Amino acid sequence: MAEFVRVDSSTSGHTMDKSITLPPDEIFRNLENAKRFAIDIGGSLTKLAYYSTVQHKVAKVRSFDHTTKEATGDNLYEISVQEEVTARLHFIKFENAYIETCLDFVKDHLVNTETKVIKATGGGAHKFKELIERKLGLKVDKEDEMTCLIKGCNFVLRNIPHEAFVYAKHADSEFRFQTTQPDIFPYLLVNIGSGVSIVKVESEDKFERIGGSSIGGGTFWGLGALLTKTKRFDELLQLASKGQHTSVDMLVKDIYGGSYGSLGLTGDLIASSFGKSATADKEFSKEDMAKSLLHMISNDIGQLACLYAKLHNLSRVYFGGFFIRGHPVTMHTITYSINFFTKGEVQALFLRHEGYLGAIGAFLKGAEEDNPNQYSWGENYAGSSGLMSVSPDMNPMQRARSGTFDMLEMDRLEGKLVNLPLLQDASSYIPDTVDLTEDAHAREYWLYCFEEALDGVVKRAVASQPDMPEAAERAEKFRQKYRHKLQTLRHQPFAYGSLTVRSLLDTREHCLNEFNFPDPYSKIKQRENDMALKYYQKAVKCLDELSWEERQFALVRGVLAGNVFDWGAKAVSDVLESDPEFGFEQAKRQLEERPWLVDSYDQWFERLKGPPHKCAMFFVDNSGVDIILGVMPFVRELLSRGTEVVLASNSGPALNDVTNGELQILTESIAAMDPVIQAGLREDRLTLVQSGSSSPCLDLSRLDKVLAMVVRERKTDLVIIEGMGRAIHTNYYAMLRCESLKMAVIKNSWLADRLGGKLFSVVFKYEVPAPSQHSAALTPS
Amino acid sequence: MDKAKSMIDKKGASGPFHVNNCQSQRGFHANGSCCSSNTFGSSTGGPNSSTFENMHHLHRGDDAECNGSPAKRCRLRRRTESLRRSRPPFPWFGMDIGGTLVKLVYFEPVDITAEEEQEEVENLKSIRRYLTSNVAYGKTGVRDVHLELRNLTMCGRTGNLHFIRFPTQAMHHFIQMGRDKNFSSLHTTLCATGGGAYKFENDFRTMADLELLKLDELDCLIRGLLFVDRVSFNGHPEGYYFQNPSDTQSCVKTTCTLDNPFPMLLVNIGSGVSILAVYSENNYKRVTGTSLGGGTFLGLCCLLTGCETFEEALEMASKGDSTNVDKLVKDIYGGDYERFGLQGSAVASSFGHMMSKEKRDSISKEDLARATLVTITNNIGSIARMCAVNEKIERVVFVGNFLRINTVSTKLLAYAMDFWSKGQLRALFLEHEGYFGAVGALMELLKTTEDP
Repeated sequence: MAEFVRVDSSTSGHTMDKSITLPPDEIFRNLENAKRFAIDIGGSLTKLAYYSTVQHKVAKVRSFDHTTKEATGDNLYEISVQEEVTARLHFIKFENAYIETCLDFVKDHLVNTETKVIKATGGGAHKFKELIERKLGLKVDKEDEMTCLIKGCNFVLRNIPHEAFVYAKHADSEFRFQTTQPDIFPYLLVNIGSGVSIVKVESEDKFERIGGSSIGGGTFWGLGALLTKTKRFDELLQLASKGQHTSVDMLVKDIYGGSYGSLGLTGDLIASSFGKSATADKEFSKEDMAKSLLHMISNDIGQLACLYAKLHNLSRVYFGGFFIRGHPVTMHTITYSINFFTKGEVQALFLRHEGYLGAIGAFLKGAEEDNPNQYSWGENYAGSSGLMSVSPDMNPMQRARSGTFDMLEMDRLEGKLVNLPLLQDASSYIPDTVDLTEDAHAREYWLYCFEEALDGVVKRAVASQPDMPEAAERAEKFRQKYRHKLQTLRHQPFAYGSLTVRSLLDTREHCLNEFNFPDPYSKIKQRENDMALKYYQKAVKCLDELSWEERQFALVRGVLAGNVFDWGAKAVSDVLESDPEFGFEQAKRQLEERPWLVDSYDQWFERLKGPPHKCAMFFVDNSGVDIILGVMPFVRELLSRGTEVVLASNSGPALNDVTNGELQILTESIAAMDPVIQAGLREDRLTLVQSGSSSPCLDLSRLDKVLAMVVRERKTDLVIIEGMGRAIHTNYYAMLRCESLKMAVIKNSWLADRLGGKLFSVVFKYEVPAPSQHSAALTPS
Repeated sequence: MDKAKSMIDKKGASGPFHVNNCQSQRGFHANGSCCSSNTFGSSTGGPNSSTFENMHHLHRGDDAECNGSPAKRCRLRRRTESLRRSRPPFPWFGMDIGGTLVKLVYFEPVDITAEEEQEEVENLKSIRRYLTSNVAYGKTGVRDVHLELRNLTMCGRTGNLHFIRFPTQAMHHFIQMGRDKNFSSLHTTLCATGGGAYKFENDFRTMADLELLKLDELDCLIRGLLFVDRVSFNGHPEGYYFQNPSDTQSCVKTTCTLDNPFPMLLVNIGSGVSILAVYSENNYKRVTGTSLGGGTFLGLCCLLTGCETFEEALEMASKGDSTNVDKLVKDIYGGDYERFGLQGSAVASSFGHMMSKEKRDSISKEDLARATLVTITNNIGSIARMCAVNEKIERVVFVGNFLRINTVSTKLLAYAMDFWSKGQLRALFLEHEGYFGAVGALMELLKTTEDP
């Protein structure tokens, strides 16, 4: 059964005693635009969901009209900050004790009068129906719990990378997050509320309750309360975590004196739960009884789940319900049980946002006309609380209090995000090279590194908005927010899934957006683009004078030298800031001499002697020198060889990375100077697409749908990924079904050290997939 | 008609000797004093050969010189055995030492000749008298008189098979008694199965100078079960099931035998539970088990109600109402949960009402005992049903001492099997519930001493 537990009478008494720990307007955000409410009232927690819109400042670039050009001096394009409205889903979780206070607050801030209905689910929905209708003036419309649960589950599995995880109590990191599967179905959901429901989910709309058990969370709570005279569920779990079940349970060795070898049953196995309490004439401690009860129930549920998984031939089994809900003790015992009964064939999976599933589902039921499932959604790290610490040492009581208000925000992304069709195995693709949740040393460094860089980022943000006097104040708020996130991550590296350099960068971008710094580098990018453009023709001319062989090498060096110009890298931003004249030529001298740290240039060069590629997809990195003097000449050469080129750039700003909007203007002005580029554009052999991302890194499993379509249509046979963020922090190990080229300069001495190189070491990784049917065509004759 | 049936039953009663081809010959032709070497062995013939097949073999064996045929081998063995006269000396015991209970079967020969009587040593006589003239031993030992198998022929001897049990906790008293009665002077091996055979082996040796022959409990369970079913329960079938299990009014206990017993899912509910898929007497696998068994029922009952014995716990359970403790589907939905086809009367959460303090304060011990019993029983039923479906076996046989004097559970299991499988599965029960392991151990005694 789903969550049927009513409010414990002991907590409902002092509703008003507790004060809300955060200012309510930081919890119930964007209420003024809120519409489509949903509420899920469980045994102890209420989850409120609403859809709202957020006004963002976004930086837009626009080409100057030639007629007005003289008025603006040297600039190629203008930057304007515009208001953009994006859709955001808000989910707030709080204790039932706060329900009245919260409803009052929501009522006071509710402006939108179109809203007439609130979707409701959960066992407490009918109990609070009257209260909700009275307080909010909305009609309560009840939705089936299980349907909501499944809808919510599908939604998070589809939209939140690292939603599911395996729990391993004794491993270096307790959480092992799972990569998003391209196809989330079929799966088994074992919902452990007061009872247990086992549901097989085959598609968005097709699911079936295939079984269940009456021995669930209610049994643990009810029986536990009787045995230990302990009232609260959390307290029972705490007792259990301190107890020894072996004094209450009859083990195999209590019967056999050792193991039952012929059946492979070890001596420590429980033969009979509570078996000793039937015979031993003594008092048992509360802790020991609670522990024995926890084992009994977890093992029983695990066994049933395995039997159903086997019968229906399912290997993905998710566990949820209030019995699980982030409690390390129950996740551990359930995991243990599943491992025991399936001998490791099935893994117990848990969900980061498990507590929100019902609310998300109820919301989706009410929002069907908005078609939320046709979009991709992304977790807004700035507005989401993240997973609570579940360190076993931590008192569950403290956990409950510190988690008084928990929030999840999901931003609607433009269109739907899909896999790069060229991934060798989409289901095993992991974008990130290093998982900082597992690598404590690397985690220490990067958290320190991002904290160190914070001053610079704040300075940059303020400088980007010289006309806005309150920018300094906002920037300060940004600093606090991001520093707080970093502190949280220091203690709970798993808060938003696996901690990676990418997630640290993305969190920073989310926080900047939160405080209306949509593009702190816009001015710098503009200046550098303008400067680099002036040098373009000269650079191309120099290259054209080289022999073919020399040119190929010079082009690669050009891309690499261009990549040194990166404001995202601390080592470089110091240099760039102190010496704006730091030139392209100087950068080339700074580069490591061959052989590089990773050097497959010879193979690449051999390959170039062969037939041209059909189509190259180039994931570009920085603005300025990088894109204009490094990438464009390289693209020009590819076009001259007869290769079509698709340039993929970010949809939105991140650091000084070139955005799709900027790149369009840049490409046009280069085309005006360069007939090769011009012809490419005219003949549609040079195309620009947006990646769908606003991150300095690259997740090849979440790309814009159009990009994927272009890849397929043009029969792309070469993928080029440039830069530290896209080719080293992510995708370093990505395996593609076509040739790939990963180029980057290491601009971080710690990372260089880690990889066995030094500052400005070069990674040039040219890879050809293992021979397959079409490899013959690619081999140079 | 009745007469014919009773004839068959009677043949069934001497069944063990029909079951194995060689013995069948013996059973019909040889003189009673000579016992087949492999009555309970498996070297020849199928364990589930029918009487008819046996007679067929008998015929072949008589008129043909089949080289190496079972019949020939049997004759050879008979010859060697008759030379050795290797029937094990009395007393004949089989013992199953479980986690909670020790089950003891004792074969009391009733065909003792005057000569034998004279030869019989005094302590052997005293053991026989002690066991057969009492129904209770010490504070905790009990003889289940109603289960006694009378006039049974085993190994060429006729006698009564007695069924005795006592708590495993009293094991050391038992061993001491064995020492005091100088048991070791009678014979050196005592066939024992169950975990205690391993756990107490050393105690038997050091305290009473007794050597245990340790036997696998599942082997013994299956062998004993098939044997008792074959010999029948004093002329009546050993097995039973419930007709109309889903209707408490017309639910009737109906006897039956395990004709063509294979494959069967055997659910042995002792302190814990083992679930076996049995394909033949010697071909079976342990599918799974659960730690929620009889020990859990009694253990929780003791903690929740302060009771001390299984009988007390069951007595309380029989008077209680579990719906005061368990949360039902209708307690949550006001009726059936139609979306999932769940009846309102189905238990949604065992002990679910006990989350509320008011309900905890107002509950009776009887209700708690009943809820514990229902919870454990339903859970076993649920796991057994899933195993039956996974193993594609339709017949589920429940045994073990948890079912002793426990009609609440047997009826509930019968109902659960029938209801949740929509009539596909049938639950069968056996009268000697928990004693099959001990019987199997005794059979091993008779077999091993005769093996070359």
